[in-house]
Amino acid sequence: MTSPKRTPLHSLHVELGGKLVDFAGWEMPVQYPLGIMGEHKQCREKAAVFDVSHMGQVILRGENVGEKLEALCPQAYVTLKEGKARYGFFTNPEGGIMDDLIVSNAGDHYFVVVNAALRHQDIPHMQANLDGVEVTEIFDRALVAVQGPKAEDVVGALCPAARDLKFMETTVADILGVECRISRLGYTGEDGYEISIPEDKAIEITKAFLAHEDCEAAGLGARDSLRLEAGLCLYGNDIDQSTSPIEASLGWAIQKRRKEEGGFPGAERVQKELAEGAARKLVGIKPDGRAPARQGVEIQCSNGNTIGQITSGSFGPTVGGPVAMGYVSAGHGEPGEKVNLIIRGKAQPAQIVALPFVTQNYKR
Amino acid sequence: MATYYSEEHEWLMVEGDTATLGITKHAAEQLGEVVFVEQQEVGDEFEKDGEIGVIESVKAASELYAPVDGEITEVNEALADNPGALNEDPEGEAWIYKIKITDASQLEDLMDEAGYKAFIG
Repeated sequence: MTSPKRTPLHSLHVELGGKLVDFAGWEMPVQYPLGIMGEHKQCREKAAVFDVSHMGQVILRGENVGEKLEALCPQAYVTLKEGKARYGFFTNPEGGIMDDLIVSNAGDHYFVVVNAALRHQDIPHMQANLDGVEVTEIFDRALVAVQGPKAEDVVGALCPAARDLKFMETTVADILGVECRISRLGYTGEDGYEISIPEDKAIEITKAFLAHEDCEAAGLGARDSLRLEAGLCLYGNDIDQSTSPIEASLGWAIQKRRKEEGGFPGAERVQKELAEGAARKLVGIKPDGRAPARQGVEIQCSNGNTIGQITSGSFGPTVGGPVAMGYVSAGHGEPGEKVNLIIRGKAQPAQIVALPFVTQNYKR
Repeated sequence: MATYYSEEHEWLMVEGDTATLGITKHAAEQLGEVVFVEQQEVGDEFEKDGEIGVIESVKAASELYAPVDGEITEVNEALADNPGALNEDPEGEAWIYKIKITDASQLEDLMDEAGYKAFIG
Protein backbone atom coordinates (compact mmCIF):
# COMPACT_ATOMS: atom_id res chain seq x y z
CA MET A 1 0.00 0.00 0.00
CA THR A 2 1.30 3.41 -0.91
CA SER A 3 0.42 6.22 1.47
CA PRO A 4 -2.65 8.23 0.51
CA LYS A 5 -2.18 11.22 -1.77
CA ARG A 6 -2.81 14.76 -0.59
CA THR A 7 -4.81 17.44 -2.38
CA PRO A 8 -3.60 21.05 -2.71
CA LEU A 9 -5.91 21.89 0.22
CA HIS A 10 -4.40 19.36 2.63
CA SER A 11 -2.76 21.88 4.97
CA LEU A 12 -6.01 23.84 5.14
CA HIS A 13 -7.90 20.70 6.24
CA VAL A 14 -5.37 20.24 9.03
CA GLU A 15 -5.57 23.92 10.01
CA LEU A 16 -9.39 23.72 10.15
CA GLY A 17 -9.29 20.61 12.38
CA GLY A 18 -10.58 18.22 9.72
CA LYS A 19 -10.71 14.53 10.58
CA LEU A 20 -8.71 12.99 7.76
CA VAL A 21 -9.35 9.51 6.39
CA ASP A 22 -8.11 7.49 3.44
CA PHE A 23 -10.74 7.73 0.71
CA ALA A 24 -10.02 6.07 -2.65
CA GLY A 25 -6.29 6.54 -2.06
CA TRP A 26 -6.61 10.16 -0.99
CA GLU A 27 -6.27 11.67 2.46
CA MET A 28 -9.59 13.52 2.72
CA PRO A 29 -11.58 15.22 5.51
CA VAL A 30 -14.63 13.19 6.51
CA GLN A 31 -15.71 16.02 8.78
CA TYR A 32 -14.55 19.16 10.57
CA PRO A 33 -15.25 20.17 14.19
CA LEU A 34 -18.77 21.32 13.20
CA GLY A 35 -19.69 17.65 12.61
CA ILE A 36 -21.52 15.87 9.80
CA MET A 37 -25.01 16.99 10.90
CA GLY A 38 -23.96 20.62 11.32
CA GLU A 39 -22.10 20.64 8.00
CA HIS A 40 -25.06 19.02 6.26
CA LYS A 41 -27.49 21.63 7.60
CA GLN A 42 -25.01 24.41 6.82
CA CYS A 43 -25.11 23.34 3.17
CA ARG A 44 -28.91 23.05 3.03
CA GLU A 45 -29.49 26.38 4.79
CA LYS A 46 -26.50 28.58 3.82
CA ALA A 47 -23.33 27.47 2.04
CA ALA A 48 -20.57 24.92 2.47
CA VAL A 49 -17.20 24.38 0.79
CA PHE A 50 -16.01 20.87 -0.09
CA ASP A 51 -12.60 19.80 -1.34
CA VAL A 52 -13.28 17.44 -4.24
CA SER A 53 -9.78 17.61 -5.71
CA HIS A 54 -9.50 13.83 -5.47
CA MET A 55 -11.77 13.58 -8.50
CA GLY A 56 -10.09 13.27 -11.88
CA GLN A 57 -10.03 16.37 -14.07
CA VAL A 58 -9.36 15.62 -17.72
CA ILE A 59 -9.00 17.76 -20.83
CA LEU A 60 -9.96 16.36 -24.23
CA ARG A 61 -8.67 18.08 -27.34
CA GLY A 62 -9.16 17.08 -30.95
CA GLU A 63 -11.60 16.92 -33.83
CA ASN A 64 -15.20 15.84 -33.22
CA VAL A 65 -14.67 15.01 -29.54
CA GLY A 66 -18.41 15.03 -28.84
CA GLU A 67 -19.06 12.47 -31.56
CA LYS A 68 -16.25 10.23 -30.32
CA LEU A 69 -17.52 10.45 -26.74
CA GLU A 70 -20.90 9.26 -27.96
CA ALA A 71 -19.28 5.95 -28.89
CA LEU A 72 -18.45 5.43 -25.18
CA CYS A 73 -21.45 7.07 -23.48
CA PRO A 74 -25.23 7.02 -24.07
CA GLN A 75 -25.41 10.80 -23.81
CA ALA A 76 -25.81 13.34 -26.62
CA TYR A 77 -22.46 15.12 -26.56
CA VAL A 78 -22.45 16.20 -30.22
CA THR A 79 -25.23 18.67 -29.45
CA LEU A 80 -23.74 19.83 -26.13
CA LYS A 81 -23.32 23.55 -26.68
CA GLU A 82 -20.27 25.53 -25.69
CA GLY A 83 -20.56 26.63 -22.07
CA LYS A 84 -22.80 23.71 -21.11
CA ALA A 85 -22.13 20.70 -18.89
CA ARG A 86 -23.93 17.36 -19.01
CA TYR A 87 -24.04 14.40 -16.62
CA GLY A 88 -23.27 11.07 -18.21
CA PHE A 89 -21.63 7.68 -17.85
CA PHE A 90 -19.37 5.24 -19.64
CA THR A 91 -21.18 2.00 -20.35
CA ASN A 92 -19.66 -1.45 -20.89
CA PRO A 93 -20.65 -3.85 -23.70
CA GLU A 94 -23.15 -5.53 -21.33
CA GLY A 95 -24.89 -2.21 -20.69
CA GLY A 96 -23.48 -1.81 -17.15
CA ILE A 97 -22.11 1.49 -15.90
CA MET A 98 -18.29 1.78 -15.87
CA ASP A 99 -18.30 5.18 -14.17
CA ASP A 100 -20.36 8.34 -14.10
CA LEU A 101 -18.94 11.68 -15.12
CA ILE A 102 -19.59 15.29 -16.05
CA VAL A 103 -18.65 16.47 -19.54
CA SER A 104 -18.39 20.20 -20.27
CA ASN A 105 -17.99 21.81 -23.66
CA ALA A 106 -15.30 24.43 -23.00
CA GLY A 107 -15.14 25.71 -26.60
CA ASP A 108 -11.68 24.72 -27.77
CA HIS A 109 -11.70 21.58 -25.63
CA TYR A 110 -13.92 19.35 -23.50
CA PHE A 111 -13.50 19.25 -19.72
CA VAL A 112 -14.36 15.96 -18.02
CA VAL A 113 -14.59 15.13 -14.31
CA VAL A 114 -14.53 11.46 -13.25
CA ASN A 115 -14.63 9.66 -9.90
CA ALA A 116 -11.43 9.50 -7.84
CA ALA A 117 -11.43 5.72 -7.55
CA LEU A 118 -11.84 5.25 -11.30
CA ARG A 119 -9.28 7.69 -12.69
CA HIS A 120 -7.02 4.72 -13.44
CA GLN A 121 -9.74 3.01 -15.45
CA ASP A 122 -11.31 6.00 -17.19
CA ILE A 123 -8.24 7.76 -18.50
CA PRO A 124 -6.78 4.70 -20.29
CA HIS A 125 -10.34 3.93 -21.49
CA MET A 126 -10.55 7.35 -23.15
CA GLN A 127 -6.98 7.21 -24.44
CA ALA A 128 -7.60 3.83 -26.05
CA ASN A 129 -10.99 4.64 -27.54
CA LEU A 130 -11.08 8.33 -28.43
CA ASP A 131 -9.15 8.07 -31.66
CA GLY A 132 -7.19 11.21 -32.51
CA VAL A 133 -8.14 12.90 -29.24
CA GLU A 134 -5.48 14.15 -26.87
CA VAL A 135 -6.50 13.00 -23.36
CA THR A 136 -4.70 14.96 -20.63
CA GLU A 137 -5.22 14.38 -16.94
CA ILE A 138 -4.75 17.55 -14.93
CA PHE A 139 -2.65 17.20 -11.78
CA ASP A 140 -1.97 20.84 -10.96
CA ARG A 141 -5.48 22.07 -10.19
CA ALA A 142 -7.70 21.73 -7.15
CA LEU A 143 -11.45 21.17 -7.48
CA VAL A 144 -13.55 22.95 -4.89
CA ALA A 145 -17.34 22.73 -4.55
CA VAL A 146 -19.31 25.61 -3.03
CA GLN A 147 -22.86 24.41 -2.42
CA GLY A 148 -26.00 25.77 -0.82
CA PRO A 149 -28.62 28.50 -1.21
CA LYS A 150 -25.98 31.13 -0.36
CA ALA A 151 -23.37 29.72 -2.77
CA GLU A 152 -24.15 32.42 -5.34
CA ASP A 153 -23.42 35.13 -2.78
CA VAL A 154 -20.24 33.44 -1.57
CA VAL A 155 -18.78 32.91 -5.05
CA GLY A 156 -20.40 35.95 -6.65
CA ALA A 157 -18.75 38.27 -4.12
CA LEU A 158 -15.36 37.30 -5.56
CA CYS A 159 -16.47 36.55 -9.10
CA PRO A 160 -19.53 38.42 -10.43
CA ALA A 161 -19.59 36.27 -13.60
CA ALA A 162 -20.59 33.29 -11.47
CA ARG A 163 -23.97 34.91 -10.76
CA ASP A 164 -24.86 34.83 -14.47
CA LEU A 165 -24.41 31.08 -14.83
CA LYS A 166 -27.45 28.83 -14.73
CA PHE A 167 -27.61 25.18 -13.64
CA MET A 168 -25.26 23.03 -15.77
CA GLU A 169 -23.48 26.01 -17.33
CA THR A 170 -19.72 26.50 -17.21
CA THR A 171 -17.34 29.39 -17.85
CA VAL A 172 -13.83 30.64 -17.23
CA ALA A 173 -13.43 33.68 -14.98
CA ASP A 174 -10.91 35.26 -12.65
CA ILE A 175 -11.09 34.78 -8.89
CA LEU A 176 -8.53 36.84 -6.92
CA GLY A 177 -6.70 37.46 -10.17
CA VAL A 178 -6.33 33.86 -11.23
CA GLU A 179 -8.24 32.12 -14.00
CA CYS A 180 -10.60 29.40 -12.78
CA ARG A 181 -13.17 27.17 -14.45
CA ILE A 182 -16.51 27.69 -12.76
CA SER A 183 -19.40 25.29 -13.36
CA ARG A 184 -22.83 25.67 -11.79
CA LEU A 185 -23.54 22.14 -10.64
CA GLY A 186 -22.82 19.82 -7.75
CA TYR A 187 -23.64 16.71 -5.77
CA THR A 188 -25.79 17.96 -2.91
CA GLY A 189 -29.18 18.76 -4.46
CA GLU A 190 -28.53 22.44 -3.76
CA ASP A 191 -27.58 25.31 -6.02
CA GLY A 192 -23.84 25.77 -6.20
CA TYR A 193 -20.59 25.55 -8.11
CA GLU A 194 -17.63 23.31 -8.74
CA ILE A 195 -14.52 25.39 -9.36
CA SER A 196 -11.26 24.18 -10.85
CA ILE A 197 -8.45 26.30 -9.38
CA PRO A 198 -4.66 26.33 -10.08
CA GLU A 199 -3.14 24.49 -7.12
CA ASP A 200 -0.94 27.33 -5.86
CA LYS A 201 -4.01 29.57 -5.40
CA ALA A 202 -6.40 26.93 -4.09
CA ILE A 203 -5.95 27.65 -0.38
CA GLU A 204 -6.12 31.42 -0.79
CA ILE A 205 -9.35 31.22 -2.80
CA THR A 206 -10.94 28.62 -0.52
CA LYS A 207 -10.10 30.77 2.50
CA ALA A 208 -11.72 33.73 0.76
CA PHE A 209 -14.93 31.68 0.35
CA LEU A 210 -14.74 30.62 4.00
CA ALA A 211 -14.35 34.26 5.05
CA HIS A 212 -17.97 34.83 3.99
CA GLU A 213 -20.21 34.77 7.05
CA ASP A 214 -22.59 32.22 5.50
CA CYS A 215 -19.91 29.71 4.48
CA GLU A 216 -18.28 26.82 6.38
CA ALA A 217 -16.09 23.88 5.39
CA ALA A 218 -17.80 20.50 5.03
CA GLY A 219 -16.35 17.01 4.62
CA LEU A 220 -17.13 13.82 2.75
CA GLY A 221 -19.53 12.67 5.48
CA ALA A 222 -21.91 15.54 4.82
CA ARG A 223 -21.36 15.19 1.07
CA ASP A 224 -22.64 11.62 1.29
CA SER A 225 -25.75 12.39 3.38
CA LEU A 226 -26.53 15.41 1.16
CA ARG A 227 -26.33 13.42 -2.08
CA LEU A 228 -28.37 10.58 -0.61
CA GLU A 229 -31.21 12.90 0.44
CA ALA A 230 -31.01 14.43 -3.05
CA GLY A 231 -31.45 10.95 -4.58
CA LEU A 232 -28.10 11.08 -6.41
CA CYS A 233 -26.30 7.82 -7.13
CA LEU A 234 -22.88 7.00 -5.67
CA TYR A 235 -20.69 4.93 -7.97
CA GLY A 236 -19.70 1.68 -6.27
CA ASN A 237 -22.82 1.73 -4.07
CA ASP A 238 -25.86 2.42 -6.22
CA ILE A 239 -24.37 1.92 -9.66
CA ASP A 240 -21.57 -0.33 -10.92
CA GLN A 241 -20.48 -2.51 -13.84
CA SER A 242 -23.52 -4.77 -13.37
CA THR A 243 -26.26 -2.13 -13.13
CA SER A 244 -27.74 -0.67 -16.28
CA PRO A 245 -28.75 3.00 -16.48
CA ILE A 246 -32.40 1.97 -16.79
CA GLU A 247 -32.22 -0.20 -13.67
CA ALA A 248 -30.57 2.74 -11.89
CA SER A 249 -33.48 5.04 -12.88
CA LEU A 250 -31.01 7.14 -14.89
CA GLY A 251 -33.04 7.04 -18.10
CA TRP A 252 -33.47 10.83 -17.76
CA ALA A 253 -29.74 11.20 -18.41
CA ILE A 254 -29.98 9.51 -21.83
CA GLN A 255 -31.21 11.92 -24.47
CA LYS A 256 -34.01 10.95 -26.85
CA ARG A 257 -31.84 10.60 -29.97
CA ARG A 258 -29.43 8.27 -28.17
CA LYS A 259 -32.28 6.14 -26.83
CA GLU A 260 -33.62 5.74 -30.34
CA GLU A 261 -30.37 5.40 -32.29
CA GLY A 262 -28.22 3.48 -29.80
CA GLY A 263 -24.62 3.29 -30.94
CA PHE A 264 -23.01 3.12 -27.49
CA PRO A 265 -21.65 0.09 -25.58
CA GLY A 266 -24.49 -2.05 -24.27
CA ALA A 267 -27.16 -0.19 -26.29
CA GLU A 268 -28.98 -3.46 -26.96
CA ARG A 269 -29.69 -4.02 -23.24
CA VAL A 270 -30.58 -0.39 -22.60
CA GLN A 271 -33.02 -0.29 -25.53
CA LYS A 272 -34.54 -3.62 -24.53
CA GLU A 273 -35.06 -2.41 -20.96
CA LEU A 274 -36.54 0.86 -22.21
CA ALA A 275 -39.05 -1.11 -24.26
CA GLU A 276 -39.85 -3.97 -21.88
CA GLY A 277 -38.83 -2.68 -18.46
CA ALA A 278 -35.82 -3.70 -16.40
CA ALA A 279 -35.60 -6.71 -14.09
CA ARG A 280 -35.03 -4.43 -11.10
CA LYS A 281 -35.01 -0.75 -10.38
CA LEU A 282 -33.46 1.70 -7.97
CA VAL A 283 -35.98 3.31 -5.63
CA GLY A 284 -36.09 5.50 -2.52
CA ILE A 285 -36.85 3.76 0.76
CA LYS A 286 -37.95 5.42 3.97
CA PRO A 287 -37.74 3.30 7.14
CA ASP A 288 -40.72 3.90 9.47
CA GLY A 289 -38.56 3.70 12.59
CA ARG A 290 -35.28 5.30 13.57
CA ALA A 291 -32.84 2.51 12.72
CA PRO A 292 -30.74 3.39 9.66
CA ALA A 293 -30.73 0.71 6.93
CA ARG A 294 -27.19 0.48 5.57
CA GLN A 295 -25.74 -0.89 2.33
CA GLY A 296 -26.43 -4.63 1.99
CA VAL A 297 -29.63 -4.75 4.04
CA GLU A 298 -32.17 -7.15 2.54
CA ILE A 299 -35.54 -5.82 1.33
CA GLN A 300 -38.58 -8.11 1.69
CA CYS A 301 -42.10 -7.57 0.44
CA SER A 302 -45.09 -7.99 2.74
CA ASN A 303 -45.29 -11.78 2.17
CA GLY A 304 -41.69 -12.27 3.29
CA ASN A 305 -40.07 -12.84 -0.10
CA THR A 306 -36.77 -11.10 -0.76
CA ILE A 307 -37.21 -8.47 -3.45
CA GLY A 308 -33.91 -6.62 -3.28
CA GLN A 309 -31.17 -4.94 -1.33
CA ILE A 310 -30.25 -1.52 0.07
CA THR A 311 -27.34 0.09 -1.80
CA SER A 312 -27.02 3.35 0.16
CA GLY A 313 -28.50 4.14 3.54
CA SER A 314 -27.85 6.54 6.34
CA PHE A 315 -29.47 9.11 8.57
CA GLY A 316 -30.79 12.11 6.66
CA PRO A 317 -30.19 15.21 8.78
CA THR A 318 -32.66 17.37 6.79
CA VAL A 319 -35.29 14.62 6.66
CA GLY A 320 -34.70 14.04 10.37
CA GLY A 321 -34.69 10.27 10.07
CA PRO A 322 -33.16 7.37 8.19
CA VAL A 323 -33.20 7.41 4.36
CA ALA A 324 -32.05 4.79 1.88
CA MET A 325 -31.94 3.74 -1.76
CA GLY A 326 -31.97 0.21 -3.07
CA TYR A 327 -32.94 -2.09 -5.91
CA VAL A 328 -36.26 -3.94 -5.95
CA SER A 329 -37.32 -6.51 -8.52
CA ALA A 330 -39.81 -5.80 -11.31
CA GLY A 331 -43.39 -5.67 -10.09
CA HIS A 332 -42.35 -3.80 -6.99
CA GLY A 333 -41.26 -0.25 -6.32
CA GLU A 334 -44.38 1.89 -6.58
CA PRO A 335 -44.24 4.78 -4.12
CA GLY A 336 -46.31 3.88 -1.06
CA GLU A 337 -45.53 0.14 -1.23
CA LYS A 338 -44.85 -1.29 2.23
CA VAL A 339 -41.72 -3.38 2.61
CA ASN A 340 -39.63 -4.83 5.42
CA LEU A 341 -35.91 -4.24 5.87
CA ILE A 342 -33.98 -7.00 7.61
CA ILE A 343 -31.69 -5.12 10.00
CA ARG A 344 -29.62 -7.33 12.30
CA GLY A 345 -32.02 -10.21 11.79
CA LYS A 346 -35.17 -8.24 12.58
CA ALA A 347 -37.78 -7.06 10.09
CA GLN A 348 -38.16 -3.27 10.25
CA PRO A 349 -41.11 -1.73 8.38
CA ALA A 350 -40.38 0.78 5.63
CA GLN A 351 -42.03 2.35 2.63
CA ILE A 352 -41.01 2.87 -0.99
CA VAL A 353 -40.93 6.60 -1.74
CA ALA A 354 -40.30 8.80 -4.75
CA LEU A 355 -36.81 10.28 -5.00
CA PRO A 356 -35.45 12.74 -4.04
CA PHE A 357 -36.11 12.90 -0.29
CA VAL A 358 -35.62 16.67 -0.37
CA THR A 359 -36.52 19.12 -3.15
CA GLN A 360 -33.60 19.91 -5.42
CA ASN A 361 -32.90 23.65 -5.45
CA TYR A 362 -31.14 24.22 -8.74
CA LYS A 363 -30.99 27.61 -10.45
CA ARG A 364 -32.52 26.89 -13.83
CA MET B 1 -18.35 2.45 44.44
CA ALA B 2 -15.71 2.19 41.74
CA THR B 3 -15.64 2.92 38.01
CA TYR B 4 -14.03 0.49 35.58
CA TYR B 5 -13.24 0.91 31.88
CA SER B 6 -13.06 -1.61 29.04
CA GLU B 7 -10.91 -1.69 25.93
CA GLU B 8 -14.19 -1.40 24.00
CA HIS B 9 -14.54 2.09 25.51
CA GLU B 10 -17.29 1.39 28.00
CA TRP B 11 -17.47 2.55 31.59
CA LEU B 12 -18.98 0.49 34.39
CA MET B 13 -19.85 2.17 37.67
CA VAL B 14 -20.09 -0.65 40.20
CA GLU B 15 -22.05 -0.64 43.47
CA GLY B 16 -22.01 -4.07 45.11
CA ASP B 17 -23.16 -6.59 42.51
CA THR B 18 -24.94 -4.02 40.35
CA ALA B 19 -23.50 -1.52 37.89
CA THR B 20 -24.39 1.27 35.50
CA LEU B 21 -22.94 0.88 32.00
CA GLY B 22 -22.28 3.42 29.28
CA ILE B 23 -19.78 4.50 26.64
CA THR B 24 -16.88 6.85 27.33
CA LYS B 25 -16.54 10.42 26.11
CA HIS B 26 -13.68 9.22 23.95
CA ALA B 27 -15.97 6.62 22.33
CA ALA B 28 -18.69 9.22 21.76
CA GLU B 29 -16.21 11.57 20.08
CA GLN B 30 -14.97 8.78 17.83
CA LEU B 31 -18.50 7.74 16.85
CA GLY B 32 -19.63 11.21 15.87
CA GLU B 33 -23.25 12.26 16.14
CA VAL B 34 -25.35 9.36 17.41
CA VAL B 35 -28.68 8.98 15.60
CA PHE B 36 -29.96 5.63 16.87
CA VAL B 37 -29.41 3.28 19.79
CA GLU B 38 -30.64 -0.31 19.73
CA GLN B 39 -30.96 -1.62 23.27
CA GLN B 40 -31.85 -5.03 24.67
CA GLU B 41 -34.59 -5.60 27.23
CA VAL B 42 -34.77 -5.88 30.98
CA GLY B 43 -34.14 -9.48 31.99
CA ASP B 44 -31.85 -10.25 29.03
CA GLU B 45 -28.76 -12.13 30.17
CA PHE B 46 -25.40 -11.76 28.49
CA GLU B 47 -21.85 -13.02 28.57
CA LYS B 48 -18.64 -11.03 28.57
CA ASP B 49 -17.77 -9.91 24.99
CA GLY B 50 -21.31 -10.67 23.81
CA GLU B 51 -23.18 -8.04 21.77
CA ILE B 52 -25.60 -6.08 23.94
CA GLY B 53 -26.66 -3.31 21.62
CA VAL B 54 -25.83 -1.18 18.60
CA ILE B 55 -25.03 2.51 18.43
CA GLU B 56 -25.47 4.17 15.06
CA SER B 57 -23.92 7.46 14.06
CA VAL B 58 -24.51 9.29 10.78
CA LYS B 59 -21.46 7.44 9.48
CA ALA B 60 -21.73 3.87 10.70
CA ALA B 61 -23.13 1.26 13.08
CA SER B 62 -20.99 0.17 16.06
CA GLU B 63 -21.73 -2.80 18.30
CA LEU B 64 -21.76 -2.51 22.07
CA TYR B 65 -20.00 -5.45 23.75
CA ALA B 66 -20.55 -6.61 27.32
CA PRO B 67 -17.51 -5.98 29.55
CA VAL B 68 -18.60 -8.71 32.02
CA ASP B 69 -21.22 -11.47 32.39
CA GLY B 70 -24.55 -10.20 33.68
CA GLU B 71 -28.22 -9.42 33.32
CA ILE B 72 -29.98 -6.21 32.30
CA THR B 73 -32.02 -4.75 35.16
CA GLU B 74 -32.86 -1.35 33.70
CA VAL B 75 -32.73 0.28 30.24
CA ASN B 76 -32.25 4.01 29.76
CA GLU B 77 -35.32 4.50 27.57
CA ALA B 78 -34.69 8.22 27.14
CA LEU B 79 -32.04 7.31 24.55
CA ALA B 80 -34.68 6.02 22.11
CA ASP B 81 -36.10 9.51 21.66
CA ASN B 82 -32.88 11.40 22.24
CA PRO B 83 -29.92 9.36 20.98
CA GLY B 84 -27.93 12.61 20.70
CA ALA B 85 -27.64 12.60 24.51
CA LEU B 86 -24.84 10.08 24.00
CA ASN B 87 -22.74 12.88 22.53
CA GLU B 88 -23.70 15.44 25.16
CA ASP B 89 -23.31 13.47 28.38
CA PRO B 90 -22.12 9.90 27.70
CA GLU B 91 -20.65 9.41 31.17
CA GLY B 92 -23.68 10.82 33.01
CA GLU B 93 -27.31 11.22 31.88
CA ALA B 94 -26.80 9.05 28.80
CA TRP B 95 -26.01 5.79 30.59
CA ILE B 96 -27.22 2.80 28.57
CA TYR B 97 -28.05 -0.02 31.03
CA LYS B 98 -28.14 -0.90 34.69
CA ILE B 99 -26.97 -4.47 35.11
CA LYS B 100 -26.49 -7.21 37.68
CA ILE B 101 -22.95 -8.56 37.58
CA THR B 102 -22.82 -12.36 37.85
CA ASP B 103 -19.04 -12.85 38.03
CA ALA B 104 -17.35 -10.03 39.92
CA SER B 105 -13.92 -11.57 39.34
CA GLN B 106 -14.14 -10.37 35.70
CA LEU B 107 -13.83 -6.79 36.93
CA GLU B 108 -10.14 -7.52 37.48
CA ASP B 109 -9.67 -7.64 33.69
CA LEU B 110 -10.92 -4.07 33.31
CA MET B 111 -8.99 -0.80 33.70
CA ASP B 112 -9.27 2.00 36.23
CA GLU B 113 -9.51 5.61 35.07
CA ALA B 114 -5.75 6.14 34.96
CA GLY B 115 -5.28 2.91 33.05
CA TYR B 116 -7.98 3.85 30.53
CA LYS B 117 -6.47 7.30 30.00
CA ALA B 118 -3.13 5.67 29.24
CA PHE B 119 -4.91 3.17 26.95
CA ILE B 120 -6.49 5.86 24.76
CA GLY B 121 -3.24 7.84 24.78
